[in-house]
Amino acid sequence: MNLSGANIDFTLLLPEISLAICGFAILLLGVTKRGKDFGFGLGLFGLIAALAFTVQQWGTLETGFFGMVTKDGFSSLYNIIFLLAGIISLLIAQTYLRAKKIDKPEYYALVLFSILGMMVMASSYDLIIIFIGLEIMSIPLYVLAGFHRFNPKSNEAGIKYFIIGAFASGFLLYGIALVYGAGATTDLRLIAANYHSMAQQAPLLLYAGVALILIGFGFKVGAVPFHMWAPDVYQGAPTPVTAFFSVGPKAAGFAALMRILDFGFDSMDEIQSVLWILAVLTMAVGNILALFQDNIKRMLAYSSIAHAGYILVALTVGGEGAVASGLYYLLGYTFFNLGAFAILTILDTRDGTDSRFSELTGMASRHPFLATLLAIFMFSLAGFPPTAGFFGKLYIFSGAVEGGFIWLAIIGVMTSFVSVYYYLRVVVACFFTKADHPFQQVAMNPYLALALIITAVGALGLGLFPSSWIDLSRQAFASFL
Amino acid sequence: MSFSPELHHWLILSTILFSIGIYGVLTRRNAVGVLMSVELLLNSAAMNFLIFNHYASKPFIDGAIMALFIIAVAAAEAVIAMALFVAIFRSRKTVDVTQINTLKG
Amino acid sequence: MDYFFVALFVGMAFALVGGGLAISYLVAPNRPNKVKSQPYECGEHTVGPSWVHFNVGYYLFALLFLVFDVEAAFLYPWALVFREFGLIALFEVGIFIVILLFALVYAWKKGVLEWV
Repeated sequence: MNLSGANIDFTLLLPEISLAICGFAILLLGVTKRGKDFGFGLGLFGLIAALAFTVQQWGTLETGFFGMVTKDGFSSLYNIIFLLAGIISLLIAQTYLRAKKIDKPEYYALVLFSILGMMVMASSYDLIIIFIGLEIMSIPLYVLAGFHRFNPKSNEAGIKYFIIGAFASGFLLYGIALVYGAGATTDLRLIAANYHSMAQQAPLLLYAGVALILIGFGFKVGAVPFHMWAPDVYQGAPTPVTAFFSVGPKAAGFAALMRILDFGFDSMDEIQSVLWILAVLTMAVGNILALFQDNIKRMLAYSSIAHAGYILVALTVGGEGAVASGLYYLLGYTFFNLGAFAILTILDTRDGTDSRFSELTGMASRHPFLATLLAIFMFSLAGFPPTAGFFGKLYIFSGAVEGGFIWLAIIGVMTSFVSVYYYLRVVVACFFTKADHPFQQVAMNPYLALALIITAVGALGLGLFPSSWIDLSRQAFASFL
Repeated sequence: MSFSPELHHWLILSTILFSIGIYGVLTRRNAVGVLMSVELLLNSAAMNFLIFNHYASKPFIDGAIMALFIIAVAAAEAVIAMALFVAIFRSRKTVDVTQINTLKG
Repeated sequence: MDYFFVALFVGMAFALVGGGLAISYLVAPNRPNKVKSQPYECGEHTVGPSWVHFNVGYYLFALLFLVFDVEAAFLYPWALVFREFGLIALFEVGIFIVILLFALVYAWKKGVLEWV
């Protein structure tokens, strides 16, 4: 056997290699006496280096290692989403960790390894490598959810996330095994090419396998009816970890789903009805249950379930334009969701707070700038123009109407209206409610300010120039079709 | 007495193991028991890979390689899970999953 | 035909154990009294809960063993075929071993290996 057809090219993996090296450096330096404080700086350095390498790889279209690593526009855009999510959540983490006295260098190493797993998931044509990337992403997240070791809520969040995540991995793996049985291959390119002969020879294995794969990824992105873990885990985990959860694994799960469903199983038409049901359930349950929450983190958990529903609408419609609008929505969602969580982290740094709505009262008079930013992010989550959230929903729902899914678009718009209520509750609590006790002062430092600036600029910038960004995502998606 | 197992017999066996694993995850009270059931799920999928490797893609060994990867991944997950259980045992003195329910829902 | 011998073997195992239990139930006298039912051979009645304080060093050592055992399991197939691939295979397995070496150094410096 020779390796000449394999294209073993390590330069394809430069972003991942830089993340891995920095992660190990953080761990090894962290055990020495003077190296403990370098975790944050090294983590940022690794992420920025990986971002630089990814941007340099932007225009290429190469596959290597027998098709197990593929760097095209799709994976580059997703890698940029993951790295930006990582940078922003790292910036907001250090202050919170220092305040709660859990500032260990292992936190930064775990975040870096998790992002490494996400990048592996988004850059592969092989189902085995996608599964391995999913595990590399998830295992650090189980630890991060339980990172606050002396807080019982954090422990509980870690255990709940582990049990349900491992259960989902088992389903996903069984589904991959059945698809492997139907086609004798795990390479998505071969599956796409041989789809019709597979569907004739072994239809039961194929359909059962795809159903189980959908269940497995549905758990990860928080689709209903697999969303039970999300509110408890989001509430119990430390707030910067929740910020990272709400963006990273969701985007990675959608990256893998888009590659599997829109490239591998493109010819399977029956998936559309299943995705239709999932999208409707997810939007409805996410938005309606968020109305009744008293804790801001739980409300944001249900709201991120609802946003996963909107992206599922884009996946249901299928086709190039719709999925590209889903990509654009994910890009905008990264910015404004992380912005909202950044402000929540700043608020949670104070002692004795528990992220309730009643703690937000009177914020506008003490910190008007922060309150305004929070209002911008809430408007963007709800979908008011001219923010990125509005244009994202516009593209997704108009794509649904063009694809003939009128009812899907109607349900989507109605649930968006419902969501406006609970997002505006936050704004009203900040600005218009009389405070019965004075608002505790919040400490600010340059890293937090930088994170807030990045997210605000991203949320507004994506909204002010939507057409160039949607073209970018269309171009990214077209690169593997 | 000339029974020799066919593909569907093997698949029935692995489906039975998968179902036992699901039953275990949903029913066990001890967290370590849940972990054992999760291992059973992952290993029944590994068995499926080996079965299909034998019957569908005979000269290649990609199914066996995947089974080896699954063993490594299952080992890593078990390690992390036990660490989380030790943490919760220290704070709550129990690993009973029905007792771990302070977060509402 | 092969399964017949397996069934025979299982049957004999059941017969041996079951037969021993059955014969002792049927033949042996059964007259318990208070003194005979106490724990014997240096046993004592338990006082309080019988859960022993668990030394977590056992778990950490078993964890390290598991990881390096799986590493060895990956090295066996590599060792069988690496000659035909040349230098690149050596380089790649070197990366694999170095990553696990970092894990060992981390565990060593954290004091996992020193609890005896």
